[in-house]
Amino acid sequence: MELAGITKRFPGVVANHDIHLTVRKGTVHALVGENGAGKSTLMKILYGMQKPDEGTIAIDGEQVSFASPADAIARGIGMVHQHFMLADNLTVLENVVLGSEKLHGIGGAARRKIKEISDRYGLGVRPDALVEDLGVADRQRVEILKVLFRGARTLILDEPTAVLVPQEVDALFDNLRELKSEGLSVIFISHKLGEVLSVADDITVIRRGTTVGTAVPAETTPRQLAELMVGSELPTPETSESTVTDRPVLEVRNLTVHAAGVSLGAEDEPAGGGLTEFAGAGETKRVLDDVSFTIHAGEVMGIAGVEGNGQTELIDALIGTKHADSGAIRFLGEDITPWPTRRRRESGVGYIPEDRHRQGLLLESPLWENRILGHVTEKPNARGFWLNPKGAQADTRRIVEEYDVRTPGIDVTAASLSGGNQQKLIVGREMSHDPKFLIAAHPTRGVDVGAQAQIWDRIREARRAGLAVLLISADLDELIGLSDTLRVIYDGRLVADADPATITPEELGSAMTGAASGHLEHEETAPEGTDNAGPEDEAR
Amino acid sequence: MKKFDKERVLTALAGPVIALVLAIVLTSVVLLASGKNPIQPYALMLQQLPFSDIQVLIINQASLYYIAAIAVALGFRMNLFNIGVDGQYRLAVVMTAVVGAHLALPSVLQIPVLLITAMATGAFWAGIAGVLKVTRGVSEVVATIMLNSIATAVIGYLTLTDVFGVQVGDNVTTGTMKKSGWVPGIDLGSDVGEIYGLVFLAALLGIAYWVVLNRTRFGFDLRATGASETAAAASGVNAKRMVLVSMLISGAVSGLAGLPLLLGDTHTYSLSFPSGLGFTAIGIALLGRNNPGGIALAALLWAFLDKASPALDYATPVAYDKEIATIMQGLIVFAVVISYAAVQQWSLRRQQRRVGAELAAAVNTKKEVAA
Repeated sequence: MELAGITKRFPGVVANHDIHLTVRKGTVHALVGENGAGKSTLMKILYGMQKPDEGTIAIDGEQVSFASPADAIARGIGMVHQHFMLADNLTVLENVVLGSEKLHGIGGAARRKIKEISDRYGLGVRPDALVEDLGVADRQRVEILKVLFRGARTLILDEPTAVLVPQEVDALFDNLRELKSEGLSVIFISHKLGEVLSVADDITVIRRGTTVGTAVPAETTPRQLAELMVGSELPTPETSESTVTDRPVLEVRNLTVHAAGVSLGAEDEPAGGGLTEFAGAGETKRVLDDVSFTIHAGEVMGIAGVEGNGQTELIDALIGTKHADSGAIRFLGEDITPWPTRRRRESGVGYIPEDRHRQGLLLESPLWENRILGHVTEKPNARGFWLNPKGAQADTRRIVEEYDVRTPGIDVTAASLSGGNQQKLIVGREMSHDPKFLIAAHPTRGVDVGAQAQIWDRIREARRAGLAVLLISADLDELIGLSDTLRVIYDGRLVADADPATITPEELGSAMTGAASGHLEHEETAPEGTDNAGPEDEAR
Repeated sequence: MKKFDKERVLTALAGPVIALVLAIVLTSVVLLASGKNPIQPYALMLQQLPFSDIQVLIINQASLYYIAAIAVALGFRMNLFNIGVDGQYRLAVVMTAVVGAHLALPSVLQIPVLLITAMATGAFWAGIAGVLKVTRGVSEVVATIMLNSIATAVIGYLTLTDVFGVQVGDNVTTGTMKKSGWVPGIDLGSDVGEIYGLVFLAALLGIAYWVVLNRTRFGFDLRATGASETAAAASGVNAKRMVLVSMLISGAVSGLAGLPLLLGDTHTYSLSFPSGLGFTAIGIALLGRNNPGGIALAALLWAFLDKASPALDYATPVAYDKEIATIMQGLIVFAVVISYAAVQQWSLRRQQRRVGAELAAAVNTKKEVAA
């Protein structure tokens, strides 16, 4: 497959500009670039969801033009989306044949075909399992199978590892090698460089919408690749010296939260992201189960975990949007368990929400109104009962200046800023009220590397000044680099703790699947109390 | 900074202007289709405008529309669809008329008591929907629609002659209110008419609406809830309390909607008291973009269509149907919804482009400096 001179313009931005990409048969071709570099647009063009303004696509030397994904599928191109497109209440078989019933029917022939594909590529998919019973990794394999079922010879995988723990990533890569050996091509989109280097045969780097270079994995280090991607020196999230004091800021004792609707007794809250074999326990009505921890002034406590294991509920309980069913939260010595959200925020709890569009911003409001959000009762936003727009506007200008929010003014809507700049505004806003305790949920998710470094710096700076931080992140490097202490959340419980100075992402990953618990040691000694951890260590 | 202000004015005006033009064009199409002159009726209606008595009628009618539309807009600002303004104001008018007919205080007390009665009744009626939403999750749309019907039944009961009703000819009234509760108007002579005293209340409500929404913490919370419920909750707004409070305020304001007419003119509730105000107000609030100034213009336009259209029936040499105005009002609502959605899309894209362009320009100049 060959793409030449692809250009796609959207109002105001050139998403892709003069892109050249050649994918050889039987290889894994990685497409790397920062968030917003234009990877997704390129893939949408390849998959027929959008038409390029300029440029050509050729498959096996033959020039093609796609009007819709159906055309792309007919040409043997298949896409595995980052967010799975599966119907939970149908079986694997039903999901696979859905929409392509004509190929092999919906009965025995289709089942045989699925078995055949599954065996050939080592996918291990059971056609009659219900999709809702499957874990994330299994679902992804179903998506891949769905694409192969439709006769794809070229697979596009959009950020396939974003939702997986390291062990699952390894399994996925084995599948990809299998596909490749059968002569299929894989386009692998990612911004995780280590993974890219381990699985790809060729690498193409995209920056600011255009291809800036190609690399051969054997001759490239992650650092070189990253610099190619960013175009500059790379920041690291490592904290320098410990600033942890013995003054507790936040003490959480035996915090328990039940799933919504539990009073009906019928809802069986699935454990979300966990692997199938671990999630099947079925008694997880406690979305947070007896959670206790203490964060001191100047301490960053990181929480690792596969998404959906209670992180959201923990944040909700701490910020007060969902109240604890039992247990207590003490903040600076005061019991704040019954406090409403506003009182908590006024007393010095800062909040960088996990979903900034849903929880952190009013997208259609100007920046200065967004600066008020969450701190409407505090100076400089309000004088008593009255709002103080002048004060808020002046302070927004200061934040824009100090936090390098790239915007032409403070009257533009939040929606018109890029993700990184929106996040900088949120961080600036929260830091402006001298929080004593900061809940930072995925503070750099979807943020480009430059902004990421700035946000890390800000958190470190505040930590030196005595801020206590609860850091929740899916980026294990960020967690390990920024935290003073690390806990692992699994199925609503804090199952393990680790020392960020010695732990590796792989070790953390095995605890995130529930395979290891207790105190995680980096040494060869297996983590106490588990038998699953052994083989996984070997695998590493 | 100034550029963006101009931008905002432009996008604020584009929606209503496009909607009105579209509505006029479509109305002309309807006229053409029925074999009528597509321009003449507008001219006939506009010719009514210079007459002082028509002007007074328009202003009086607009004051009713305005108050009701402010009540609707309050709900809209936090994504609450108060369709029950109609029931709320009718019930409030009846209660006020009854209290006014049976209570005799000096004017300085009587009028405030009547205003409070109206607000309390409206707030109570809307509050039922609010409580249902907060405690049981009942959609306020469904609850307020049903409360409208219930209000009709309650009014029917209250106006029975053995409850509070008084038979006058073949009309049922609630009896004439005590004089101390009448609000004097501005008399412009017997051939022109009287502007209701409570027109000023409408204007005050408009100002209060703007101040509360844009200059108070409460208003910010309300708007934040309307813009994004999840963001508001994370920012510390108690969503349930907010729903209940804004429902109560919206109801209290709707309670006042019928009072300019009741206290300024009819001095009794009768079967001929106007109904349907609450539904008209929804269209007016939409056209006015929930903005107090915009709503005022929309209310005046609506009142103009109402009061100038009867002349169409008597026009010479060719008479037109006055229902043309009703068609036009309907088409305006229809066009408003479409044009606002389109303009919003367009303006967001325009703004993103501007932001992109300005940032690109900034980067380029920096590069040049560096080079």
